[in-house]
Amino acid sequence: MKSFSYERARTPAEAAALAARAPAASRFIAGGTNLLDLMKLQIETPAHLIDVNGLGLDRIEATAMGGLRIGALVRNTDLAADERVRRDHGVLSRALLAGASGQLRNRATTAGNLLQRTRCPYFYDVNLPCNKRSPGSGCAAIQGSSRSLAVLGASASCIATHPGDMAVAMRVLDAEVHTIRPDGGTRTIPIADFHRLPGDSPHLETALEPAEFITAVTLPRPLGGTHIYRKVRDRASYAFALVSIAAVVQRDGTGRLAAGGLAARPWRTDTADAAMASGSKAAAEALLAGAKPTQENAFKLVLTERTIGAVLAQAKG
Amino acid sequence: MEDTSHPRINRRELLVYGAGVPVVAHCEAAPQETNAMNPAPVPHVESAHRVSLQVNGKARHLELDPRTTLLDALREHLHLTGTKKGCDHGQCGACTVIVDGRRLNSCLTLAVMHGGAQVVTVEGLGTPAAMHPMQTAFVKHDGFQCGYCTPGQICSAVAVLDEIKQGIPSHVTHDLMVRPMSSADELRERMSGNLCRCGAYANIVDAISGVAGGSA
Repeated sequence: MKSFSYERARTPAEAAALAARAPAASRFIAGGTNLLDLMKLQIETPAHLIDVNGLGLDRIEATAMGGLRIGALVRNTDLAADERVRRDHGVLSRALLAGASGQLRNRATTAGNLLQRTRCPYFYDVNLPCNKRSPGSGCAAIQGSSRSLAVLGASASCIATHPGDMAVAMRVLDAEVHTIRPDGGTRTIPIADFHRLPGDSPHLETALEPAEFITAVTLPRPLGGTHIYRKVRDRASYAFALVSIAAVVQRDGTGRLAAGGLAARPWRTDTADAAMASGSKAAAEALLAGAKPTQENAFKLVLTERTIGAVLAQAKG
Repeated sequence: MEDTSHPRINRRELLVYGAGVPVVAHCEAAPQETNAMNPAPVPHVESAHRVSLQVNGKARHLELDPRTTLLDALREHLHLTGTKKGCDHGQCGACTVIVDGRRLNSCLTLAVMHGGAQVVTVEGLGTPAAMHPMQTAFVKHDGFQCGYCTPGQICSAVAVLDEIKQGIPSHVTHDLMVRPMSSADELRERMSGNLCRCGAYANIVDAISGVAGGSA
């Protein structure tokens, strides 16, 4: 690990202001489960760490709109176990519990989970080109081993996926991300706009501006219906998704769904939501419109349709 | 190949950055001598941070480079070598310890982030003369071969039973609104962050089941 200086922020506004002194060289650290891994590999080499664990953003509160406000530092375990989340937003509990290990979920935070980096093998191999890790160096994945990588929304610069589960459930729930900027100003970013597609700047992964700090994620009022998160992976536990489907299905078969493992952001389309009542083939076709798989990951298209089929069957009971 | 993953700090940023650094000294280390008439152009960055932890019930005071993981603090500074370094990347679980009642990968957290924390390692669970029930169960059920993953397995297992008792659900919990049981399926899923290259998994599940059922 490269050496760095370390300090603790006392308020969210202070955290943003401290980072604003040298945004490119600073990183916030909360759980650290992804950041420290990347620092050991020297993929992340911050000169300064700002510890945000003491900010008191670890509560889940009811909102006036009938939803929930989840503090940025609520640990994945606590979010998954919260009674209101289990009862009213079950797809989120299920997604969290499908991710990582018990040890990691005890540390990983809500905001940190949204900000986790891709697990593309070429992003991790510092000896190979990667436009995300080293802008302008090229993409070794497109011609390489791409089995786990994106089939939607990718570009000639990058085919990495967002690796998380939590964000897929938040996408289906229409969550919003709340932030504070170094000047003290706050804003709200819909989860649909939070993760960026790679385009020709895959190193820019989110809508956050330099030094902008996430304070909370809010969920709208409960959707009702049956909540399902189905994750398909190489092992039964403790592995990243090849394909995952988060869905909320109503009694009449209508509902909404989002997919993980397919793109640099959770993938959801109005057309697929509208097609759900017509079955998995129609929903998958709508969801996967414009897909450009590689030879190695074309199986994800079939797997997506079958996973949607399994989810719709499970919803029928 | 040159790694250009992060924009280089330019001169102005470096100065701005340097100017803010005394906050570190203010909150973590002994205050520095400052001279208002002749401020140092580049403030000295404190490299050692004072950290006080309760480890296995004892107050321990350390001065650490901020890069020191909790795992390295335990092993290299406190010489508690029961906790093992396996992958050092949070994948194998050999470094699992219990901090403030919760299991975590001590390789993926910095010691400086845990000032005031209560840390329990395998040495704190029991001693050869007075073993923890989980340690006894691992011996009874032959829950290991080489033993390298065992301290992490045992710390994890103790915390798993506590998580089940608290009603924390898992991926295999059938109904999120029903209190989870300590079934073999639940134990296997909850222990998936602890790898055993010898493949002692079946006996590990038996050992934990034994403690869960009170028959260890």
